[in-house]
Amino acid sequence: MEVVSDILVVLLLLSNLYLLAASRITACIQTVALQAVVLGVIALTSAAGGLTLVVVSVTLATMAVKGLVLPWLLRRAIRGADVAREVEPFVGFTTSVLVGAGLLVISVVVAEPLCSSAPADVSAMMIPTSLFTILTGLFIVVTRRKALNQALGYLVLENGVYVFGSSLAIEEPFLVELGILLDVFVAVFVMGIIIFQINREFDHIDTDKLSVLKD
Amino acid sequence: MMLWSVVLIPAIAGIAAMLPPMRAVRRSLLVATAVAHCGLVGWVCFATPVVSRDSWFAIDAPARIILAITSVLFLAAALYCVGYLRREEGRTTCDAEEGFLFHNEPEGIFVGCLLLFLASMSFVCICQHFGLLWVAVEATTLASAPLISFHRHHRSLEATWKYLLICSVGIAMALLGIFFLASAGRGHAPGLTLSGLVSSAAAMDPVWLKAAFILLLVGYGTKMGLAPMHTWLPDAHSEAPSVVSALLSGALLNCAFLGLLRGHTVLAAAGLGSFSGELLVLLGVFSMVLAAVFMIRQTDYKRMLAYSSIEHMGILAVGAGLGGVAATGAMLHAMNHSAVKGMLFLAAGNLLAVYRSKNTCDVQGVLEKLPVTGCLWFAGFLAITGSPPFGLFVSELTILKGALDGSHWVVAALYLAALGTAFVAMARIFLPMAYRLPDGSPHDGASSPGAREPVWSVLPPLALALAALVLGVYVPAPLWDAMRQAASALGVL
Repeated sequence: MEVVSDILVVLLLLSNLYLLAASRITACIQTVALQAVVLGVIALTSAAGGLTLVVVSVTLATMAVKGLVLPWLLRRAIRGADVAREVEPFVGFTTSVLVGAGLLVISVVVAEPLCSSAPADVSAMMIPTSLFTILTGLFIVVTRRKALNQALGYLVLENGVYVFGSSLAIEEPFLVELGILLDVFVAVFVMGIIIFQINREFDHIDTDKLSVLKD
Repeated sequence: MMLWSVVLIPAIAGIAAMLPPMRAVRRSLLVATAVAHCGLVGWVCFATPVVSRDSWFAIDAPARIILAITSVLFLAAALYCVGYLRREEGRTTCDAEEGFLFHNEPEGIFVGCLLLFLASMSFVCICQHFGLLWVAVEATTLASAPLISFHRHHRSLEATWKYLLICSVGIAMALLGIFFLASAGRGHAPGLTLSGLVSSAAAMDPVWLKAAFILLLVGYGTKMGLAPMHTWLPDAHSEAPSVVSALLSGALLNCAFLGLLRGHTVLAAAGLGSFSGELLVLLGVFSMVLAAVFMIRQTDYKRMLAYSSIEHMGILAVGAGLGGVAATGAMLHAMNHSAVKGMLFLAAGNLLAVYRSKNTCDVQGVLEKLPVTGCLWFAGFLAITGSPPFGLFVSELTILKGALDGSHWVVAALYLAALGTAFVAMARIFLPMAYRLPDGSPHDGASSPGAREPVWSVLPPLALALAALVLGVYVPAPLWDAMRQAASALGVL
C-alpha cells in the first residue's frame, strides 16, 4: 500500500511541476486530466471505510468529470481561437518551476504539524503534496495571462483540496460529495462559456487586457 | 417538506423558465414564484424554529432572518424586473456609456438564472451541514454569474470573469477550511452538522479549529466582500443590471455572512469565540475604512453603492464579532441594509435608464426631472448614511453601543471615523445629483419635462424605502425577539 501511495504522490508532484513548465495550453489541459485520474486512484486507495459501492461510484464519477468531460469542455471553449495556443505567462517558465520548488518546500514545512493526525496507511508525503497542489493552483491563477489557464488553475486548486480531503480520510456523505462534484462541474462549465464569449468579444482571452474596470 | 418547498419551487420554476414554450408566461412565472416563495417563507419563519440534533436541514434563528430578507427583496426585485425586461426587450441595445451596440442574453436564461439564484440562496439558509452549506454557497456564485453578463459587452464579461474566478477560488479555500473542521472533529463529532459540531466543540483540537476558521473567513469573506478580498464586488455590482446588483448586494452578501456566522458559532462553542470575534472585527473595521476611502473620489454612482455595500458588510462583521448587543444590532442592520441598498440600486436603475450614464457628473437635477426617483434617491442617501429616522440609524447606534459597552474604544473610534467619512463622501456625490441643475438651463423647469416613471420601476423601491423607515421608527417586539434569538444562537451573548 505504501508503495502505491508513494508512486501516486510522485505522479502528482510531477504533474504539478509539469503544469508550471508547460508552454502549450493543450498540454496543460491533458496534464490536468491526468491529475484527475491520479487523484481518483488516491481516493480509492485511501478510502477509510473500504471500497463500498457508493465510494467507488462517486470516485469514478469524479474521475470521469474531471478527467474527460471538463478537459473536453475547455478544449471546445478555445476551439477556433488561433491566438490561444501558447500560455504566455507573466512569470517565465523557468522562474515558475523554481517558485514551484519553493512552494513544495513551504508545503512540507507547513504540513509538518498536520501529518501527525493523518491516518497511518497514507504516505507521509500525501498531505504536503496536497498543499503543494493547492499552492500550485493558486500560483497558476495569479501568474497566467490566459483566462483558460486561470480556469485550469482553479481546477488544480480544487484537485488539491480533494486530495487533502482523501489524504486525511475525511468521509463526506454521499450527497455532499456529489454536490461538490456538481459545483465544480458547473463552475468550469460556466467558465468555459464565459471564456468562449470573451474570445468572441475580444478575439483573445488575455485577462491582463481585461482592465477597464478599476478605481 | 415545507422546508424543501422553499428551495424546490424556485428551482423548478427556474428550470421551467429556461424552456422555450414558457416564453409567453415567463415574467408572470417570475412574479408568481416570488409571491409564492414569500408566502412560504412567511409560513416557515413564523413557526418556531425546531432544530433537532444532527438534522441536515433546518431553519434556525439566524437563518430565519436572512431567509426572510432574501425573500422580500426578491419579491421587490421580481416586480421591478417585469418593467425592466419590458424596457430591455429587443435584439440589440445601445450601450449607456460608450454608445456601441450589443445583444442581451436570452431572456429565458436571465429569468431562469434569477429563479435558480433565489433557490440557491434559500438553500444556503436551510443548510445545517457544513459540506452542503459550501455546495449551496458555490451554487449561488454559479447561478448569479450569468446574471452579471446579461448585457453582453466587454465590461460585463470582464466583471463576470473576475466574479466567477475570484469567488470560486475563495470558496475553494472555505472547502479546505471545512476539511480542517472535519479533521478537528474526528472522533468527537459524528459529522459536520452544526449542532453536532457545537455540542462536541469543546473537545476538539483548538489549533485545527483556528486554522479552519481562518480559511472559512477567507472563503466566505471573499463572497461577502470583506476587504481585502472585495475586489470582485465593485466591478460586478457596477456592470450587472441594477436589479441584479440589488439582489447581489441585499441578499447574496447576507447569505455569505450566514456562512461565516456558522463558523463563528462553532468556534464560540469551543471557547474560541474571542479569537474568531477579533478576526471578524479586524476585517470588518478594515473593510469600513477602505470602503469609505474609496468612496471619496468615486465618479460612478453604481460603484459608489458597491463600496457602500463593502462598508456595510464591514459593519455586519464588526457587530457579529463584538457579540452581545452588537450582534443583535448586526441582525437588524442586515435587514435595514438590504432594504435600503436594494431600494438604492433599483433607483439607480431608473437613473441609468433615463440619463444613460453611470457618471455622477452627467446625472443632475434628478429631483426635478424624475420627482419620485429623485425623492427616493435623496431618502436613500439619508438612510444609507445612517441618518434618523431610518432603520440604519438604530442598528448602527446599537452596534456602537455594543462596542462602547465592551470598552472597545479603538474599534468605536475607527467605526465612527469610517461612518463620518462615508457620510461626507456620499453627500458630495448624492446631493449634486439630486439638486444641481444642468449648466445653462432655465430654472423654471419648463424646458426639461419630467421623464415618465412607470409604476413597475417606482413602486418596489418605494416599498423598500417604507420598510426601512418603519424599521427606524418602530421595531415590533416579535422581530426584536427573533433578532435576539439569532444573536444568542451565535453563542457569544
